[in-house]
This record gives sequence, structure tokens and C-alpha cells, in this order.
Amino acid sequence: MSTPIRELSFGQAINEALRLEMRRDPTVIVMGEDIAGAAGREHLGLSDAWGGPMRATRGLIKEFGAARVIDTPIAEMGFTGMAVGAAMTGLRPVVEIMFVDLIGVCYDQIINQAAKMHYMMGGKVELPMVIRTAYGTRGDKRSYGGGAAAQHSQTLYSVLAHIPGLKVVVPSTAYNAKGLTIAAIRDNGPVVVMEHKFLGTSAKGHVPEEAYTVPIGKCEIVRKGKDVTLVGIGRMTHVCLEAATTLAAGGIEAEVVDVLTINPLDEETIIESVKRTHRCVVVDEDTPVCSMARDIAARVGEAAFDFLDAPVKAISSADTPVPFAAVLEANYTPNADKVVAAVKEQIG
Amino acid sequence: MKTTSKPTAEKLAWMYERMSLIRQFEERLKWLVETGVPVGAVHYYIGQEAVAAGVCAALNADDWIASNHRGHGHCIAKGVEVAPMMAELFGKVTGTNRGKGGSMHITDITKGILGVNPIVGASVGHALGAALSAKVRQTTQVAAAFFGEGGAGIGITHECMNMASIWKLPVIFVCENNGYAQATPVEYASSTAKISDRAAGYNMPGVNVDGQDPVAVWEAAEAAVKRARAGEGPSFIEAKTYRYFGHHQGDDTLRYRLKEEEQAARDRDCLKQFRAKMEKSGPLKLADLDAIDAQNKKLLDDAVEFAKSSPLPGPEELYTDVYVQAKGGAQ
Ligand SMILES: Cc1ncc(C[n+]2csc(CCOP(=O)(O)OP(=O)(O)O)c2C)c(N)n1
Repeated sequence: MSTPIRELSFGQAINEALRLEMRRDPTVIVMGEDIAGAAGREHLGLSDAWGGPMRATRGLIKEFGAARVIDTPIAEMGFTGMAVGAAMTGLRPVVEIMFVDLIGVCYDQIINQAAKMHYMMGGKVELPMVIRTAYGTRGDKRSYGGGAAAQHSQTLYSVLAHIPGLKVVVPSTAYNAKGLTIAAIRDNGPVVVMEHKFLGTSAKGHVPEEAYTVPIGKCEIVRKGKDVTLVGIGRMTHVCLEAATTLAAGGIEAEVVDVLTINPLDEETIIESVKRTHRCVVVDEDTPVCSMARDIAARVGEAAFDFLDAPVKAISSADTPVPFAAVLEANYTPNADKVVAAVKEQIG
Repeated sequence: MKTTSKPTAEKLAWMYERMSLIRQFEERLKWLVETGVPVGAVHYYIGQEAVAAGVCAALNADDWIASNHRGHGHCIAKGVEVAPMMAELFGKVTGTNRGKGGSMHITDITKGILGVNPIVGASVGHALGAALSAKVRQTTQVAAAFFGEGGAGIGITHECMNMASIWKLPVIFVCENNGYAQATPVEYASSTAKISDRAAGYNMPGVNVDGQDPVAVWEAAEAAVKRARAGEGPSFIEAKTYRYFGHHQGDDTLRYRLKEEEQAARDRDCLKQFRAKMEKSGPLKLADLDAIDAQNKKLLDDAVEFAKSSPLPGPEELYTDVYVQAKGGAQ
């Protein structure tokens, strides 16, 4: 039985999800670079040295061994392809691409291979594989100053959500990180789990001990309000909640929808909310062109036009690469002040 | 691939000067990190100085190098000034990259550096491109690609070795085998005991040298450069070396390697060995080397001062240089 006060970090919650599913199903394997660390050094008393960027795989090798917890050489294209083949032949691989920026070197395996196999083969093959990857800047006023720059700070989920056949989930709390990860592993098609670097260590919350799923393809209303709908993705949900608190102090009641799955998108929950509040601001950490923010805004505009009291507003990161300097990075990502300003503009 | 030529006293002094400057730069940076200066993610080059210095000692100013995430040493060896490098790490507008790149992109194209690049393997392609450029433009320039033994395993490196060989491009593959890719030991991740054995598969000479000895590295690089300039094609150099500290700041190395191994590597320190050799048989005197160290210390004092006193980028800098503008500002 779970104790109601048990708190885990976002990274620990994912670790627990992997552990429980590996216990439940011997076909689940995990692989990636330094998901364990110190590979092959057990004879020196060394193992489990790393555990991925947010330590989400730490300890797994001790319980499940090197046959199912596979440290790979630096070879994303090769091992992502290997996961596709393994998924077609009876395994449920969970692949870690250390940072989403690195999908550049294995994009073919994700967008042409994993995403399309089921369709191309007339539905005759299933592809139960998961890609876990860390995204986002660390830089906001709570961090030590960002500093991973243009090739290690991107969000990039829009270029994954863009691909038919690929499910993409973006957890925002320890609770839904665990539930979405389990749901992703149990799904019979390819699912990408986007894990925000900053949340990985900073987000803590109650997580039940047992296995549970958070449904893929469902948004969650995380704060009720009547004046405006704020739509958040991943860390931006926290930015929306922060903005909602500020707005409440000024008498504006914001509803906050946590998207959780960006493809397939639960339009219904978002649109129903906007029909009640008559205003909508979408907050997205990705860059604006061909973004989730504008995609959601367009869908809301189309389906709820008659209910809107103001044009839907999409707030994204700057339409630039991610800069290194902390002073620049701080202005790069959306923050609560920008959201509050957008709402005030809408309400007039 | 052995050359008979010996390095001149001048060459030796140059190599020591660069190794000492790299070491001092990294030690200063480490101190800054440990005293809380936010410089983003950094990967110290300490321990590997002889590789960068030895290779760059064989290159001309107009030759190119392409570097990886552990790139400060490569930059300094190829002649980037330490003041704008330090300013870059402080995120200042006077930095080599105007504060937009930081440690993992720190570079200076005017010194023949095609970039410090933290996507493992990516820059190997760029070195190959520079070599192609030299061939098409009929110059005698060469390009050297620095990558780790981890980078030796990624697809692009293999694709590039094959292309370099079929087109006899003037490129040198410099694999710095420091034993670890993050926490992954080389003996686990490499199918061959020597990375340099793979060169045979691509029909190019492959040598394995002591990366703690700048002269050994220089000799191998000299031979490779000669071959490249003569139009005979690529070479592969594996330099066995060691990184003394974590993969990046904050990484605890003792989770994946033993203290005794670290000590044994430090006993073979490139600077220490070089000094001992000079003391024993010259031609440089210890006093000369001390003078070099002192001069480098002054350079770094000035560099930190420059970095601290330089202005931060203004908010508009976020939006500049996203697209290449036509000369004269049109478009
Ligand atoms: C394509 C890619 N995969 C993974 C990473 C994460 N990563 C950065 S450095 C590194 C290890 C590199 O090892 P090696 O090439 O041997 O160089 P070293 O760090 O030892 O100098 C890894 C896995 C990356 N930056 N790019």
C-alpha cells in the first residue's frame, strides 16, 4: 500500500515506472548511453556509475542485469534501429536518447522507420517501443544560469509530433511522468516520452508505489477557472500555474489545461474549456514556426470561433537558436510574466 | 610513418608553451567553476594537452582543425586567444562567439577552427569538408579532426574515413583515446583493442602513439601532414591519453574507475614528463620553461580580468545572426 505522503522526484518516478514494468514483463529492456555506466567493470567492484542525465535508469542494472539494461556505444542511429528490429520481434525496448537534440543523428529510424512500420505493413506488425529523451533549457530565474546553448537545450517535440504514427507525451509532474511512462511501455506502437531537464530534478510530488497508467491522448485540467484557458505543455504547465496565481490576485480566474500528450492531441478537453472561458493562451517551450502552440491555437480557432472573445494567443520560445549567455537564455523561454501580459491584453 | 626529423628547440618551446597555457586555462576555469562562477557546462581537457599541442605543432596557420565538446585545448593549440575565450565562458559580448556559444561552441574560425562541437562525431564531417575544399581549390591545406574514442564509434566517423580514403582527401583523423566516453570504458565499447586498427579497414595508415608525449604526437602528425599535402590521402592517429577529471564538472570519476589508475596516469603527466626530459637532455632549460609558465599565468590573469570587466550582451543579441544576411545588409 502506498503512503499518501511518499514523494518522488520526476526522475525517480520514471525510474520506478521502468523498474515496475521490467518486473512485470521480461520482454521490456532498456538501452542507451551510460544508462548504467562503468559497463563491464563489475570485476573491479564498479557498476551503475551514471544512470542517464536525470538518473532515471540508476539501479536498474543491479536488479535486471546487463542483458536487459544495455549500455551502448555512442551510436544512436544503430541502437535506435536495433530497437525497431527488437520491437518487431518480441521485445519492448525503451531507448534513451540522452538529449532530444541528438535525434538529429537517428531521425530516420524515428520518423521513417519506427513511426511508419505499422502503416506501411498494412497493420500487420506492432512496434512496442519507447524513446525517452530529455529536452529544454535549464535557464530560468531559479536555475544556476543555463548554459547548454544551441545544441543541448532544444525542445524540438514539434518535429516529432509532426510525424503521423508517432505518439508523443510530455509529462509535467512526477505523478504523470510515472503514469505516462508505464502507459508508453504498454502501448503497442512507438511512443516518445519528452522529459524536461529542469523538471527532472526539481519537480517532486506524491507518487503512489504501485503501477498505474496516465492515459496517452488525454489532457488534464489542473486548475479550474472561468475567465481564460491557459494551455501548458511540460514545464510550461508550471509557468501557466504561476501565471494563474498572479492573475487570481488581480481577480482573473484562469483555467489551466496540461496537454500531456501532444500527439494525438485531446482537442476536446481544450476546446470544451475554451467554450466555457471564451479566451485561450497556449504556452509552448518550442520555437514558434510549425509549433504545437500554433497548431493548438489553430484548432481552437477553428472549433471554438463563435465562443471566443479575443484571438487565441500562442506564446513560444524566441524564434532563434538557444543562446548560451544566461542573460539571453532568460529571455528565450516563455515565463509567467509574458503569460500574464498576454491574458491582460485579451481581457483588455 | 616515422619521420627522421627531430623537433627544433623552437618547436619544443612552442609545444610546451601551448601545453602550459591549456593547463593553466583549464585550471583557472576549474577554480572559477568551483568558486561559483556560472560558466555553463564545461568539459576539462586537463591531462590531454600533449595531443592538441603535438598535432597543432605540425599544422600551419591556414590549416584547419575540427573539434569536439572537449575543445578548449584544441582552440588554444590552434592559436585562439585566451581572453576572448574566457569572456565567452562568462557569457560576455566580447567572447569568441559573442556569448552565444559558450564552452561547447567556443571557437575562432579565423584561426582555422571549424568549430568546437558537442554533437559527437559531427565535426569529423566538417574536417572532411575542409579537406575536400582544399582539394577542389587546389591548395596544400590540410584538416585535422579531433574526436574521442567514443566518437570513433559513431556512424559519421566511419562514413568519413571511407570517403576520405576513396578520394584521397588531405585529412587527419585524430582519435584521442582517454579511456572513457562519459562513464563507458573503451574496452567495453570498442570492438578492437586499438582504435587505430580500424584504419586498415579503410585503407589508410593508422598509428598508435603515446598521447602524453607531445613529440611522439608531433612526429605522427608530421608524417600524416606530409602524406596529406602530397595528395596521398588521409591518416589515422590514435593518441593514448587520459582525462584527469570528470566528463564534465561535477562528475564523480570514482564511480567508474579506480584511484590507482588515475594516479598512474598522473604520474605520466605530459608537462611533468616534458620538463624532466628537458632537464635531463635539453635543449630547453627549466628556467626557460618556468619563464613560459609565468608568462602564461599573466595572460590568464589578464584574460579573467578582461572577461569580468566586459559587458554582457544586450537583449537584442538574442535575435541577431539567426540568418545570414547578404553583404551590405540587404535582404
Ligand atoms: C551524438 C551524441 N551522442 C551522445 C552525446 C552525449 N555525449 C557527450 S560527450 C559524450 C562522450 C564522448 O566520449 P569521447 O568521444 O570518447 O570523448 P571524451 O568525452 O572522452 O573526450 C557523450 C556520450 C552527444 N553529445 N552527441
